[in-house]
Amino acid sequence: MATVVERRVLSGEHFMNGDVACAEGALAAGCSFFAGYPITPSTEIAERLANRLPEIEGCYVQMEDELASMAAILGASWAGAKAMTATSGPGFTLMMENFGLGVMTETPCVVVDVQRGGPSTGLPTLVSQADVMQAKWGSHGDFEPIAYAPSSPQEMFDLTVEAFNAAERFRMPVFVMADEAVGHMTERVAIPAPEQIKLVNRKRPPPPGDGWLPYAADGDLVPPMPLAGEGYNVHVTGLTHDERGYPAGHPLVHDRLVRRLSEKVQAYAEEITLFEEFLTEDADTVVIAYGALARSARRAVVAARERGMKAGLARPITLWPFPSGEIRALGERARRFVVAEMNLGQIAREVERHLGRPVSWVTHAGGEMIPPEVILRAIREAQQ
Amino acid sequence: MSGETFVESHPLDPLLRADRLPHIWCPGCGLGSITSCLVNAIVDSGLPIQKQVVVSGIGCTGRVAGYLQLDSFHTTHGRAIPFAIGLKLANPELTVTVISGDGDLFAIGGNHFLHAARRNVDLNIVCVNNFNYGMTGGQCGPTTPTGARTTTTPAGNAEPAFNLPHLAASLGAVYVARWTSLHVRQLHRSMVRALQKPGFRFIEVISPCPVGFGKSNDIGDGLDEMRMYRTNCIVKPDADLMEASIDMKRDSPIVLGDFVDIERPVFRPSGRRQET
Repeated sequence: MATVVERRVLSGEHFMNGDVACAEGALAAGCSFFAGYPITPSTEIAERLANRLPEIEGCYVQMEDELASMAAILGASWAGAKAMTATSGPGFTLMMENFGLGVMTETPCVVVDVQRGGPSTGLPTLVSQADVMQAKWGSHGDFEPIAYAPSSPQEMFDLTVEAFNAAERFRMPVFVMADEAVGHMTERVAIPAPEQIKLVNRKRPPPPGDGWLPYAADGDLVPPMPLAGEGYNVHVTGLTHDERGYPAGHPLVHDRLVRRLSEKVQAYAEEITLFEEFLTEDADTVVIAYGALARSARRAVVAARERGMKAGLARPITLWPFPSGEIRALGERARRFVVAEMNLGQIAREVERHLGRPVSWVTHAGGEMIPPEVILRAIREAQQ
Repeated sequence: MSGETFVESHPLDPLLRADRLPHIWCPGCGLGSITSCLVNAIVDSGLPIQKQVVVSGIGCTGRVAGYLQLDSFHTTHGRAIPFAIGLKLANPELTVTVISGDGDLFAIGGNHFLHAARRNVDLNIVCVNNFNYGMTGGQCGPTTPTGARTTTTPAGNAEPAFNLPHLAASLGAVYVARWTSLHVRQLHRSMVRALQKPGFRFIEVISPCPVGFGKSNDIGDGLDEMRMYRTNCIVKPDADLMEASIDMKRDSPIVLGDFVDIERPVFRPSGRRQET
């Protein structure tokens, strides 16, 4: 076993790209199953895991499309595996179908979207952040997603581990909303010793017996998860179901179920939320940026400070649940806000909604990073 | 109603979710007998019941999983096979049966069937073919015979239909059979054989859908369609499968049999040790 752990967690310092770091993060989190379909710019994740999973007696399978990839990781999760898939915009759209099944059946797994320019085939090889609202609303029906936005290869590792932990804790598919720049960026990545990596495993039910209700949630709003083949005789359906797991077409059952699926995330939003602030204590102008673009925004804030402007940076690390409390608290202190993102204002609208006032938008549909100079200009204009 | 006999339990109750009965299927539908065959085959296969898992897609046949007192999964439309692949590959000890309808497995899910068969994934696939989309009220599908009337082909279907055993055999399925819901003994025997055999196994079961298909195509009710099976079916295991298409006309034959039973290396994920 020791050798398996050794091969699973590549503890030490590495020089690797974000996609590879994401794959290593998955392995460190205990991932033993990956199903995917090649798509730029996420393919390196699949390639790394095709090499690495067999070393730890895990399973890599290349499916016929992203519909099948998403379905396969749900099945693998019910067989007990920590499972993941990785894709980009066009595949992410296809995955929305079985993402919904994962939400409804409370199936832990991780979906990585290395974003590129869209709509449609768009800009296959170039950066974008235009899928962040698809992560929020992409599947039909109500649900409350969890989505991380890594800014570096190190965070591709760290946040993939976080994503697995959240998936296991809350029994749901969790998103890593990476982007092409961070996926293809090569940097130093420090992988901790296995014992220093905190891992969460799904709650398990008591042994099979009469009277146990597979979809009766505990006090934390999450039901323990049985696995196929253990004798629980569980029925798992994408239909609205009661606590027995049986289909139930009653509006009250539907409302109770769908409300709980959202509330199990909302109730722990503060614990889930990761948010970073830089030079915001005395800032009158705060730039909000996430993912790879937060690096450009940070540089713009430093340049603004050098020019005597009181600028700061706020970086949502979890996009969903949205760090609304943190944004509102900043709104009490700072007068001006600039939201910079590689889409046409998806998070800017969300920020305005929570602040209750207009902010400056620095947007680009994607294809290239917004340079620090453009963000610096926006800071200057906001202060006038 | 004198002369009727009521019993408190059914011999298959331990394997059925009796608290979910009666089922939702229409009078005359074949799914009751087919489910009974499957449950009996699961028992008679001799494989551990606890390791048997049933996965369905969406539609009338998609509801079979929900009546079984086993680990059972009612997934999305067309995706039963890839979901089942995840289950099987992550836990090779499981015996995974997919039971779903013709529209689910061959229209919206057709691509997954192709690739699972090509790979020879270790799955037992049962397709209940009623020639139409029953759950939504009788629309045309990929198995609707040419000329047949459905709610979306009021002037008769202009398209050719899939010949499912021929398709499965051409893709390399290691076991291919076709029966009807009338041929319960043969179907049971085929299901036991399929459960015990490794690789991608495929059984097509022809089933009456009096409401969605029978009435609008001069077949009549469920019993009339069963009579038609009795007169028109020909058991011919060595049939040329190219000739085994079905048009459901009054005097047309329906070719049945266990057509294919071959060996082929079973799919294992790359890097996994090959089992013997």
